[in-house]
Amino acid sequence: MLEGEVIRVSGPVVHAGGMRGSRMYDVVRVGDGALTGEVIRLDQEVAVIQVYEDTTGLKTGEVVENTGEPLRVELGPGLLASIFDGVQRPLPLLVKKSGDFISRGITISALDHTRRWEFEPSVQVGAVVGPGDVLGTVREFNLDHRVMVPPDLHGTVEEVAEGALTVDDAAVRLDGDRPVRMSQAWPVRKGRPYGRKLDPTIPLLTGQRIFDTLFPIAKGGTAMIPGGFGTGKTVSEQTLARWADAHVVVYIGCGERGNEMTDVLTEFPELLDPRTGRPLLERTIMIANTSNMPVAAREASIYTGITMAEYYRDQGYDVALLADSTSRWGEALREVSGRLEEMPGEEGYPAYLAARLAAFYERAGRTACLGADKRTGSITVVGAVSPPGGDFSEPITQNTLRIVGTFWALDTNLAYRRHFPSVSWIKSYSLYLESLRDWFTTSVSSDWGRMRDRTMFLLQKEAELQEIVQLVGPDALPESEKAILEITRMVREDFLQQSAYSASDAYCPIVKQFMMLKAILSFYDAAVAAMGRGIPLRQVLALPQKNEIARMKEQLDADAIGDLIGAIEAAASTLEAER
Amino acid sequence: MKPLVTREYRTVSYVSGPLIFIERPMRISYGEVVSIILPDGEERTGQVLDISREVAVVQVYEGTSRVDDRDTRVRFTGDPPRIDVSIEMLGRIFDGLGRPRDGKPPVLPEEQPDIGGMPINPYARDKPADFVQTGVSAIDGLNTLVRGQKLPIFSGAGLPANRLAAQITRQSRVLDEEGNFAVVFAAMGITWQEASFFMQEFESTGALERVIFFLNLADDPTIERIATPRCALTAAEHLAYTHDLHVLVIMTDMTNYCEALREISTAREEVPGRRGYPGYMYTDLSSLYERAGRITGRRGSITQVPILTMPDDDITHPVPDLTGYITEGQIVLSRDLFRRGIDPPIDVLPSLSRLMSLGIGPGKTREDHRNVSDQVYASYAYGRDLRRLVAIVGEEALTDLDRAYLTFAEQFENQFVSQRGENRSIEQTLGIGWDLLAGLPVDELKRIGPEMIQRYHPALREETP
Repeated sequence: MLEGEVIRVSGPVVHAGGMRGSRMYDVVRVGDGALTGEVIRLDQEVAVIQVYEDTTGLKTGEVVENTGEPLRVELGPGLLASIFDGVQRPLPLLVKKSGDFISRGITISALDHTRRWEFEPSVQVGAVVGPGDVLGTVREFNLDHRVMVPPDLHGTVEEVAEGALTVDDAAVRLDGDRPVRMSQAWPVRKGRPYGRKLDPTIPLLTGQRIFDTLFPIAKGGTAMIPGGFGTGKTVSEQTLARWADAHVVVYIGCGERGNEMTDVLTEFPELLDPRTGRPLLERTIMIANTSNMPVAAREASIYTGITMAEYYRDQGYDVALLADSTSRWGEALREVSGRLEEMPGEEGYPAYLAARLAAFYERAGRTACLGADKRTGSITVVGAVSPPGGDFSEPITQNTLRIVGTFWALDTNLAYRRHFPSVSWIKSYSLYLESLRDWFTTSVSSDWGRMRDRTMFLLQKEAELQEIVQLVGPDALPESEKAILEITRMVREDFLQQSAYSASDAYCPIVKQFMMLKAILSFYDAAVAAMGRGIPLRQVLALPQKNEIARMKEQLDADAIGDLIGAIEAAASTLEAER
Repeated sequence: MKPLVTREYRTVSYVSGPLIFIERPMRISYGEVVSIILPDGEERTGQVLDISREVAVVQVYEGTSRVDDRDTRVRFTGDPPRIDVSIEMLGRIFDGLGRPRDGKPPVLPEEQPDIGGMPINPYARDKPADFVQTGVSAIDGLNTLVRGQKLPIFSGAGLPANRLAAQITRQSRVLDEEGNFAVVFAAMGITWQEASFFMQEFESTGALERVIFFLNLADDPTIERIATPRCALTAAEHLAYTHDLHVLVIMTDMTNYCEALREISTAREEVPGRRGYPGYMYTDLSSLYERAGRITGRRGSITQVPILTMPDDDITHPVPDLTGYITEGQIVLSRDLFRRGIDPPIDVLPSLSRLMSLGIGPGKTREDHRNVSDQVYASYAYGRDLRRLVAIVGEEALTDLDRAYLTFAEQFENQFVSQRGENRSIEQTLGIGWDLLAGLPVDELKRIGPEMIQRYHPALREETP
């Protein structure tokens, strides 16, 4: 094993001499405390290392060992419901080993190597198998965890195991006495191979009206949520983690608050998945690298997360990866880059920021997986971005914007007004709208596209009218435009606002979303028709059905809203002008 | 592991700002404490920032005036910076590095922890849950403080942040538990007058013996401010986790701390981030703020109320901005409200407590707390929007409803926010909220369910509780 010595320490960056022969991104153990690090630059015989642990106390002259391996993660049954740090060390085991505070130089493997899993093989002796082929399954909570041939192996099955196996046991043995183990390892910085990418034509439903109805995201798509502090990035990410219709959710707390992770940790075992009725924790993998944990591990955490996501995608599942926040990841890059004395790009970020961001988001996608059974899987990536001062012109926001398909812009003014989710309907957009239109038309209603477009038109119109109101006051507007203001107020308050803390409204099924919108728009149509008959707007607004609309989200289901729509039309058509 | 021989060098080769460079250091450890002995015998303290085979960079807490490059000796201790902590520290005053400054003897240490601390394992954290009643309506009612939270006050030059902090300290209590609390007060670069205000304040309420002071005043060495909050938090952790106390840590003024950080970064010729602050300021600040919290299975807790001054009242300035990204909310003071005599001048719109929902509701405060808070917020925000409109078109152009909102906003500021040192229970706070909401038509109270309105609306409820 290659050995050198520490010659310089500057924060998380360590220079080691005598390291000729090291490769980029080799994992090294630094110093007497065996801190884990990764080679990020080679210069003559000096290797520059980013260290994933606090370097306080490290001396020049201490030994640096190169393991010769890249940074890998363990992939196998037992990942679900786990919580890891940025380099896949399970945090509960860290508590056992080092107490309530994280001490250094501890290596723990991600999977439990003693636990036995009931393996049900699906191949027989003599079968010829190749990369991605499913050998059998184990039950991981509610999920059939598919044990697959790793991407670099193929051959003829000579022996098949069955029954209780550990992750180290061979599930099958291929010719030439080559075992295929129950678990695999994969380097985090390299995307796992897949068959081919597929078009994003299926939405990832989130139960959030502003997302699903106005700015939908596709399975395999990418989205960003930028917003200043207090606009609800973390709440949005957590809401998605709760309600997104994915089989597996990977939640990366990257450089964020410790108390927020605790919140997720204590809530997810109790919350139930609305589709399966099982605790949400059972489909979730969490990575917690809080802001006070070492900065280099923050950089790694994003890759650790997406590699685990790819593993479940390869099994044919839909995975949602939520990263909160990618700005902290970018800042980690900047910090390390600064210590390397690299020439800075914009705002001190390294020039390769855009390339790294693009490479990360490109690992999302809906794919045909490797393997003979032609299964498909997807990874949807939603990254929160924390722009300094809430200013969207900063590099991370701008570079991410160039890559992602959905832009959910959080608005400070909406947040101040406690309009949550504070997603701006003016600034946000979804590029998946057209490719998803077919799905919504077939699965929700043929009217869906028209409804959605009308709503956006009205909201846009409202923004224009508000400018006029600011200048001349509301009384100067004609009745027809006042009606638009009233309707869009309903859209905002009774449709777009959705409390993440409400028991009945935190999740809103897509059909109900559609019906709610339909009810509001039919109120508008009825109002316009009535006004056409000379009935004043105020009289329409006094209809009791208006209050019913306000009750829709908390108290009515889709059928009841259907009845309400009938009632609105009936009531409005029988209105007679008051004298 | 302490080395047998302390290593002393006379190889100072370069001095710049707060930094000195020592040539040809041997087996120096990153982050260790050094003693700098000036030619006249004065001893100063420093810390290693960067080491290589050729040179070690040391930041000197007390500054580098009169350091020379011939006779100054530098002694490496091999140890990270530590502080002597003990329960006996309560009631005492220390300097920014944790040395007594009240003329009394040093404390007998129960422990000597590293002031850098270690990150709490997120898995070991316990959820902040207990409602802390500060007696300040704008906080209790709308931006509730929860034990284990870090909730900063964003102030502006000349705004009464200190008075608010003192009021919070004086009045804070957890509803069903009293007694086992302590306050750790870390002053960074504030004036003697400000520090003495706090001391008198604590003295007059008899709380002085429950307080530890760490004072780095305006005329004390600036670089020492880097260590001050770390000393304070280390002492707080000792009280919380060894002595089971609930500790409130007040750190003022974080802007001065960040300026010290910038000074060092500039001296090191690092690539600057926004406004010259170092790119790692987020990480550095989080290593302080994230030391707030509760730990599963331990009885004590650490709650932080950092105070910072927004330069030019600019909330997007890097210091408030990065703080806001780490802390669980913020209480923002407004110059406009201050001018209009609102005391405390808390602007509730940009203020926020992220952990509020953990501390309120049935069994903690009251079942209608969340709804009242949401409704008051929304109505006040709307009222404030109308003010802008009124400025253009005049009040006559408004509908009756809008005029009701204007009145609501006015009364909200004068009656709900403004309380001039009064200590209000949460019941009183919510009561005032309801009284104000009663000025609006019941139909407008969209954020409150019909049952709650029946039960609490002053005009509708059957009997007054």
